Amino acid sequence: MKIGTPKEIFDGENRVAMTPDSALQLQKLGYECAIETGAGAAAGFSDEAYKAAGVEVVKTAASLWKTADIVAKVRQPNATELKRLTKGKTLISFFNPAGNEEGMEAAKAKGANVIAMEMVPRISRAQKMDALSSMANIAGYRAVIEAGNNFGRFFTGQVTAAGKVPPAKVLVVGAGVAGLAAIGTSTSLGAITYAFDVRPEVAEQVESMGAEFVYLDFEEEQQDGAATGGYASVQSEEFRNAQLAKFRELAPEMDIVITTALIPNREAPKLWLEDMVAAMKPGSVIVDLAAERGGNVEGTVADEKVVTDNGVTIVGYTDFPSRMAAQSSSLYATNIRHMMTDLTPEKDGQVNHDMEDDVIRGSTVTFDGEITFPPPPPKVQAIAAQPKKEVKELTPEEKRAQEVAEFKQQTKSQVTLLAVGGALMLLVGAIAPASFMQHFIVFVLAVFVGFQVIWGVSHSLHTPLMAVTNAISSIIILGALMQIGSGSFLVILLAALSVFMAGINIFGGFLVTRRMLAMFQKS
Amino acid sequence: MEFGFTTAAYVVAAVLFILSLGGLSNQESAKRAVWYGIVGMALAVFATLAGPGSGLWLLSLLLIAGGGFIGTYVAQRVQMTEMPQLVAAMHSLVGLAAVFVGFNAHFELGRVLLMDDTGKKALEGFAALLAKKSSAEISILRVELFLGIFIGAITFTGSVIAYGKLAGKVTSAATKLPGGHMLNAGAAALSFLCLIWYFNTGGFFPLFLMTLASLFIGYHLIMGIGGADMPVVVSMLNSYSGWAAAAIGFSLGNDLLIVVGALVGSSGAILSYIMCKAMNRHFVSVILGGFGGPQGEQMAVEGEMIAIEADGVSAALNDADSVIIIPGYGMAVAQAQQAVSELTRKLRAQGKEVRFAIHPVAGRLPGHMNVLLAEAKVPYDIVLEMDEINEDFPETDVAIVIGSNDIVNPAAQDDPNSPIAGMPVLECWKAKQVFVSKRGQGTGYSGIENPLFFKENTRMFYGDAKASLDKLLPMIN
Repeated sequence: MKIGTPKEIFDGENRVAMTPDSALQLQKLGYECAIETGAGAAAGFSDEAYKAAGVEVVKTAASLWKTADIVAKVRQPNATELKRLTKGKTLISFFNPAGNEEGMEAAKAKGANVIAMEMVPRISRAQKMDALSSMANIAGYRAVIEAGNNFGRFFTGQVTAAGKVPPAKVLVVGAGVAGLAAIGTSTSLGAITYAFDVRPEVAEQVESMGAEFVYLDFEEEQQDGAATGGYASVQSEEFRNAQLAKFRELAPEMDIVITTALIPNREAPKLWLEDMVAAMKPGSVIVDLAAERGGNVEGTVADEKVVTDNGVTIVGYTDFPSRMAAQSSSLYATNIRHMMTDLTPEKDGQVNHDMEDDVIRGSTVTFDGEITFPPPPPKVQAIAAQPKKEVKELTPEEKRAQEVAEFKQQTKSQVTLLAVGGALMLLVGAIAPASFMQHFIVFVLAVFVGFQVIWGVSHSLHTPLMAVTNAISSIIILGALMQIGSGSFLVILLAALSVFMAGINIFGGFLVTRRMLAMFQKS
Repeated sequence: MEFGFTTAAYVVAAVLFILSLGGLSNQESAKRAVWYGIVGMALAVFATLAGPGSGLWLLSLLLIAGGGFIGTYVAQRVQMTEMPQLVAAMHSLVGLAAVFVGFNAHFELGRVLLMDDTGKKALEGFAALLAKKSSAEISILRVELFLGIFIGAITFTGSVIAYGKLAGKVTSAATKLPGGHMLNAGAAALSFLCLIWYFNTGGFFPLFLMTLASLFIGYHLIMGIGGADMPVVVSMLNSYSGWAAAAIGFSLGNDLLIVVGALVGSSGAILSYIMCKAMNRHFVSVILGGFGGPQGEQMAVEGEMIAIEADGVSAALNDADSVIIIPGYGMAVAQAQQAVSELTRKLRAQGKEVRFAIHPVAGRLPGHMNVLLAEAKVPYDIVLEMDEINEDFPETDVAIVIGSNDIVNPAAQDDPNSPIAGMPVLECWKAKQVFVSKRGQGTGYSGIENPLFFKENTRMFYGDAKASLDKLLPMIN
């Protein structure tokens, strides 16, 4: 079968859904590849590069749509493109099915199968084809670069001969994929980075990227973000107020604010209000990654950069991935290629559109003349679901009570153990002679010390441990040495043999341990 | 005050031994710890030679030197893959020495008891110590030396058989004489009867009979345990050799022997416990040998094993960013550790993240894989334990299983009826791609089908591990 990629017709869209690299991989799956002439030009891939990769370069979009069995593109298809679909053709693209009823109807009427890239379920197995994440990653990176471009100062703090430069302070609101990418870029440029998210469980991820998580002083039953596919959900009024108060407090200090908060199928929440913008220092920059959905910031104009009266720049571009077309095209093309790999289990160049497969089912929006959107929930629950931390949900009193109970339980078992042990000791002591008891105490203490010490031994050193205990267990030589001075010949013979064997053991054991330990090297 | 000097030396030696074991908590301090052990041992031996009760010290020194010569020779020559055999063989020596020392104590006791008071006064050394004992103390002494001989004899034959199994000289399958555990129980009962008999009469015959019975127990018990349970067996024998030394220490009234015996005994016991826990089995069931019959229908395995050649593996490795290697006993058998190390070096030179995941019971000895990898100069900080690395598999591009089977069996988690259900395993199937280097299609030691081999992201890389890796190495670039 043939996979074709047309030139994107959306104004300002520079990306392309097939790169020479991805074409090579697609050919390995048994497909022929075709591309419309000039499709990759804006992303830096020339027709020659495609030809060199064995891709057929087609003159017009019309002939490409006609010959290709599978069409892979980036932007949601427009009406003209939808008309070119025919029965049995497969279209893989962003499709915005939730807001594109007529598009789905058109595809259904034509009998084409449409796979919407934004519908790929967020499960571990599907990460390799999650185009939303790969594009969001780019957007997050680009947002910081764009902010830097409009910010008149350094990110990193410096002490120079010409004076001291304080580091920039960056606040990232929303720690999804884009937010985390922005945090990573910003910290690596040297800025002091703060991040906020309504899902407290991402604090760890934020901190792992080197930013400081902004906690709210707010008690509420938090919804587990994993239950909503890794997205934030709508918050209560009190929560929102606490959040805004925190932002108001932070606004005067921040040099750069990057907002990435999106709630699925809703207007972006307004989080950075007019008064916060007004409170910021002149020269500060706000990048609103949610501009396409109305923006998180009051004053954002989609696709434009505006400067407020107090000199704050608000960047509302919606085409960040397209601004880095070479990078985003290669990632998107790889996402498409992975999707094709899943669609072609036999690697024979034939599409096997398996509607039993969670990932394929979830992302298919029309199939065989039917609209299959919205999909049923995936059979495999989102892998991102974290084990519920029960301790977290307990009130402080319950927690305390639990601790006390645990402590009591521990004390009880220890006391029982000690009591039984002590009673046994007394019993032995009552019968055995004193000389025995002296040795017995030594024995018990030594066992105790042994248990305490051995637990600390590292797993990787268990073999050396065995060799060294082996060597020191030849301490039995002391017994033999004490007996070797006896008068009886038999005793001397046996003792001598024992000394000899223990001698082998002592030297063999210690030397082999030393040999082993000398081998353990750090990199 | 010669005696005081000996005791002081013993105290120092005991402290040194404890430090020596405690120092094994990490690789760096371990190198120092071994010297503590050596100094402790030297101190103990010389204090005993110089102290009361020993004679013929020239002969003793000659014998130690002779034994030391053999020990040194063996220690320098032994291959790291042969460590399990060596450790088992050395345990057998300790066991036999304990039996001899126990017999000696019996003979001396008999000799001393026959003497009259004037004769007793003329005695010196160990015999003098015996002569001072009251009758109650002598009874206790009998029990102690009886126990010392009993444990020592089990350790001796058990270790010899373990050595044979590990060295491949005895079949590693679990084999039992007809009668099975009843024979062991019978021999144990016989030994107990002998104890009562010996306790009352003090004759040599019950002691001898018990020795034969316990030698048999050691032989038969270990014969009935299969190859993969050897980590538990070896650490159990390690523990026994310690308890035997402690029992002998009691009968000789020597505190240092008691202390060291107890240290070694508890060390071995903890190791056995850790190994059993890693297999999710009870100590008793391991010792009694073999797996019980499956309690229910095991899940049928679906799919097929898909073979792959070296070029496919190398292509995947060249593409991968992170690789986890899971070595098992098969790597030791094929002597493939150098090839694995070379592979690691090449992959790391390309900036890929390569790590090792070690299951606690991988190999035939606790920590066996760590030693082999260390020998092949794999840096120890990329060799991780199961708990440290198990969560990282989902983010790993390629997992390579080299000669391990049951420790990567997903049935332990998925199939409640599997004989190994509940055993902690390395979740390598969560990696994006798994390659299994394996000699053939057979099942592992436990005879359980491994669903990992049938998973869709698993490819079987058949052949001897070393030969396969040697084929693979030139293709990595």
